[in-house]
Amino acid sequence: MADKRERDEISGTETTGHEWDGLRELDTPLPRWWLYVFYATILASVVYWVLMPAWPLANGYTTGILNWSDRDNVRAEVQQLEASRLPMFERLGQASVTDIAADPDLQEFARAAGASVFGDYCRTCHGAGGAGAPGFPVLADDVWTWGGTLADIERTLRVGIRSDHPETRMSQMPAYGRDNLLSAAQIGDVTEYVISVSAARERLSPDPAAAARGAIVYQEQCSLCHGPSGAGDRTQGAPSLLDDVWVYGGSREEIRRQVELGRGGVMPAWEARFDAGTIRALAYYVHEMGGGEPDAPPPPLPEATPAAATAPAQ
Amino acid sequence: MNKVTLIDRRDDDHAIDAHAVNSREFRALYKKREQIYPKLAHGVFRNLKWAAMAVLLAIYYLTPWIRWDRGVGRPDQAVLIDFEGRRFYFFFIELWPQEVYYITGLLILASLGIFLSSALFGRVWCGYACPQTVWTDLYIYVERAIEGDRNERMRLDKAPWSFGKAAKKASKHAIWLLIAAVTGGAWVFYFGDAPTLFREIFAGEASVPVYLFIGVLTFTTYALAGTMREQVCTYMCPWPRIQAAMIDKDALSVTYRVDRGEPRGAHKKGESWDGRGDCIDCRQCVAVCPQGIDIRDGDQLECINCALCIDACDDIMRRVGRPTGLIAYDSYANLERREAGKAMRYRLIRPRTILYGALMAVVGVAMIYGLATRQTLDLNVIRDRSPPFVRLADGSIRNDYDVKVINMSPAPRQIRIELSGLDGARLQAPRLSSDGAIAAVAQADGVTNVRVHVVARNDVGEGSHDLVFTVRDTQSGASAESASAFLAGERR
Ligand code: SF4
Ligand code: SF4
Repeated sequence: MADKRERDEISGTETTGHEWDGLRELDTPLPRWWLYVFYATILASVVYWVLMPAWPLANGYTTGILNWSDRDNVRAEVQQLEASRLPMFERLGQASVTDIAADPDLQEFARAAGASVFGDYCRTCHGAGGAGAPGFPVLADDVWTWGGTLADIERTLRVGIRSDHPETRMSQMPAYGRDNLLSAAQIGDVTEYVISVSAARERLSPDPAAAARGAIVYQEQCSLCHGPSGAGDRTQGAPSLLDDVWVYGGSREEIRRQVELGRGGVMPAWEARFDAGTIRALAYYVHEMGGGEPDAPPPPLPEATPAAATAPAQ
Repeated sequence: MNKVTLIDRRDDDHAIDAHAVNSREFRALYKKREQIYPKLAHGVFRNLKWAAMAVLLAIYYLTPWIRWDRGVGRPDQAVLIDFEGRRFYFFFIELWPQEVYYITGLLILASLGIFLSSALFGRVWCGYACPQTVWTDLYIYVERAIEGDRNERMRLDKAPWSFGKAAKKASKHAIWLLIAAVTGGAWVFYFGDAPTLFREIFAGEASVPVYLFIGVLTFTTYALAGTMREQVCTYMCPWPRIQAAMIDKDALSVTYRVDRGEPRGAHKKGESWDGRGDCIDCRQCVAVCPQGIDIRDGDQLECINCALCIDACDDIMRRVGRPTGLIAYDSYANLERREAGKAMRYRLIRPRTILYGALMAVVGVAMIYGLATRQTLDLNVIRDRSPPFVRLADGSIRNDYDVKVINMSPAPRQIRIELSGLDGARLQAPRLSSDGAIAAVAQADGVTNVRVHVVARNDVGEGSHDLVFTVRDTQSGASAESASAFLAGERR
């Protein structure tokens, strides 16, 4: 083969010595720079093996003399991040409602931190943005079973509802149907009555005769907690029946099921899991979803300059 | 006299050997690069190039050091691209990221500018202003200062290695690297406070990207201006390919006036000039050419129109007593006119240049108008997606929004957020003023997030409804609007 190698006239390059149907192939050498870069990469890989984790072993791997570990780096970075946020959380934990109202930085931090924790722990049940789900109350609306001020929400978060916390918020509606406390007819009547006092009456047009019978049952059985008018009682965690917002669904059938079963969900107490700052951030975030109630009279209008205060509103 | 010696030296002087390494006859496909040893030219265009180099390098190196007072707590660097703060500062102009369209305007202006300059003077950008040309020229200047002019450099390269040669080569590369490092160093100053960064770089406190950028630019400067030179223009740059489309018959470019020069040939003092051309074939134009070509081959892709061959030839013409301008800025139109026996004519003002000029004026005026009437108050409205809407106790429906109020002025502003466009909808927020608008303070030079709730009556109807948010400066009355949507749906 070698004897057939020849030099191409035009390029001055050797050919490979093969010939296919009269075609010969140039054996152009690799460009020098390319070759050297290639050697350099080989060298670099050897250096890399020495410095960095590279080869798998039977039970582990070669760690390299730099002791590089992405896992440790991430851990350190997370710790650093948490440490850098700690002062803000502490400030938030000690702040009063008026402190927060007066401090835009604190509000911004509380909202961001609250949103993040909510996404991790609360969203599963209450939905993104507090949208709620059947059996799990909507948090973005202005209907509150246990109260909607910042302090109320924070307390609910701390102690939970029907949780194992000693001070937990606790209420229990009897299961009138399952436990045979009321007859099916009575339950039907009281359902009609509840619909008739609620904002759902236009939608569901209750039977007036059944509602009138149900009113008597209601006063005997339900008014103690839900109030004589059905306005509910937050101190006992009894929801108002006057609105058209229903935790377990607002159809006639769903309302009746609730009278039969008296369901009540469990919300964990977060006090043991989170520090005061995180709980406050969560409370603030939920409060600011839009339905939060004022703890105190609303703060005065903010002012940029003294001149702005005297400027007439148009 | 000098001219005689020069011409007589043609048999033993290097000038006669000057062959254009990149000229047509030597331009083989497989050829290895041959080193070019440009000879120092003297004359008008060489001086022009020195001046352009001085001005351009000064602009590049010194601009980041110009200070500009913008008030306390704000950068005092006249030209600053602040990635972290997301601002671009240019003297009195301050741009936010959403205003990058001004950059588009600048790019359009730059393109039109290069079209115009090409239509007028051919590759004048390549010859005088292109960084590749400027830095290569600077590097050749250093080379010449250390190793001498063309002949000495050729001799040095052919000479065997000696201490003297090594010292010269080492100091040349050292100075090149220094220039390269300073070039890379100056680049990063555009992206951070120059004095601070300067100190940090030497104290080893600057961030890794800073050193990385200095390193990369040091390498590219050294490689492109020191070792690659004309290859960048010939093989890497797209502009030589494009420029052909930009040049017409009247565009001026560096031209060998073939009608006057040919037939060329050696000329002894005292001989008659009758029946021959003015070119004495001294090859000085080749010797000075940084691109290694022979201008007498005609227009070539390699030619960057640096005009150094004009200087070289004018020098010769003066020595042999012929009029200058054998090589000159000239056009095809003129060549044709000379052949037709007509007088030469320089047509700088013609439809093409008027069009380019007019377009530049339009873009320029539009940009100035845009800057002069720039709004410093703006808003972005982001509607909450989850929940899409909320049904309240009284049956009404609420949508929630994050209204980002953008205040581009250096002082905080008292603002109002107003709602319009949807009947029966009202704003709900803690800070509602008596007329139903939201009052807030927009922080200085920043974005303020205002959480806004809009409540509509339950009869608003299912589906998406349009509404408009207006943010208004209560003092100046300046305002901005943003359209958004209000969503209502079936109860669950
Ligand atoms: S064009 Fe001018 S510089 Fe070039 S060889 Fe002819 S006379 Fe000499
Ligand atoms: S031919 Fe003349 S103008 Fe063109 S690059 Fe060479 S010296 Fe410059």
